[in-house]
Amino acid sequence: MKALLRRDLMLAVRAGGGFGLGLAFFLIVTVLVPFGVGPQSELLSRIAPGILWLGALLACLLSLDRLLALDWEDGTLDLLATSPLPLEAVLSIKALAHWITTGLPLVLAAPVLAVLLNLPPAGYLWLIVSLALGTPALSVIGTFGAALTVGVKRGGLLMSLLVLPLYVPTLIFGAEVARRGTEGMQVMTPLLMLAGITAGVIALMPFASAAALRVNLR
Amino acid sequence: MTLTIRDLCVARGGVPVLQGLSFHVEQGQALILRGPNGAGKTTLLRTIAGLQPPLSGEVLGAEDRIAYAAHSDGLKAMLTVTENLRFWADVFGHSDIEGAMGAFALEPLRDRLAGTLSAGQKRRLGLARLLVTGRPIWVLDEPTVSLDRDAVTLFADAVRAHLGAGGMALIATHIDLGLEAQVLEVSPFRAAPETRAGASDEAFL
Repeated sequence: MKALLRRDLMLAVRAGGGFGLGLAFFLIVTVLVPFGVGPQSELLSRIAPGILWLGALLACLLSLDRLLALDWEDGTLDLLATSPLPLEAVLSIKALAHWITTGLPLVLAAPVLAVLLNLPPAGYLWLIVSLALGTPALSVIGTFGAALTVGVKRGGLLMSLLVLPLYVPTLIFGAEVARRGTEGMQVMTPLLMLAGITAGVIALMPFASAAALRVNLR
Repeated sequence: MTLTIRDLCVARGGVPVLQGLSFHVEQGQALILRGPNGAGKTTLLRTIAGLQPPLSGEVLGAEDRIAYAAHSDGLKAMLTVTENLRFWADVFGHSDIEGAMGAFALEPLRDRLAGTLSAGQKRRLGLARLLVTGRPIWVLDEPTVSLDRDAVTLFADAVRAHLGAGGMALIATHIDLGLEAQVLEVSPFRAAPETRAGASDEAFL
């Protein structure tokens, strides 16, 4: 399993690996939103948590169709399915690798980009906490979407449509934590909901993903 | 330590292609599958490898003992030959890749990216993967595609060594590898059209 994680990370940072794609998209969204909204710093502060969360979510979505499609095309998935690793473990590792190469850089970049959106100082801590707790769920749910659509040529559209509704709870509670934190309100309730969703999907989703992938490998 | 296929019926895309297939492979034996294109050799091999369930019948003795090699080799273009082989060795819990490198004459290519290899060299690397799996049953689908004559000899030697060490091999191929092996012609087992009923897996499509 360590070998698979090491290989996925190595592939991501080598040429053509797609590392930085999500980060660049996130950067573009947060740089362009202030231009679109106009010079009203008070309005910008108010929408900053939501925009940052939305940007992070779409950035995650952008890199999902590569998650399994490349391994499908070159036959690696067939070979992994006949290897001693259980498919559930394979897909968990793939989700972890996706989070390390996409989610983690977003968490680290968010406070820097929040400056552009004039996020009040009180919000920084809760923005980072909510993204750190929520983005793993995005990667795990995304892996399920990728497993469902892996055999479909140009399956990106179908996958986005399947995955987006599943992302909604994470987005709602994640953005709510960041918003309440920014306004100095109590954050515990949405924070626990967010953490619960993430823990739940990490525990259960790999089984669903593996079941979907087994059907697709036939 | 044998592989037994009993009254197997396999389907591709919901349509049965082969039925009533039974055979038995002992340790140290190889079985060559022959048949025209579309006869169902690949489907049969995928079923034995456990990638798809049989419609009926059973495969005994295959669980966790199969090393499967298909048309695509599962190589990553941006990893070197060593890194590709090392990855598969780690996945199967083995550490020695030098033997496999030697058997398929890959030492001179050691640090080349797999994406820069020729089709035949890639194939050799894909077959070297079989040696690092340490699995006793090799299930090979057209293993000699794009190999030159010398490489075919290397491959035949590797299979012979594997059989000599008590392994087994199931090979779908059209060329003569010079192996002492039983040959199974699959076309007589072609499924009759009326067995279509109940075979559809449309629910999953």
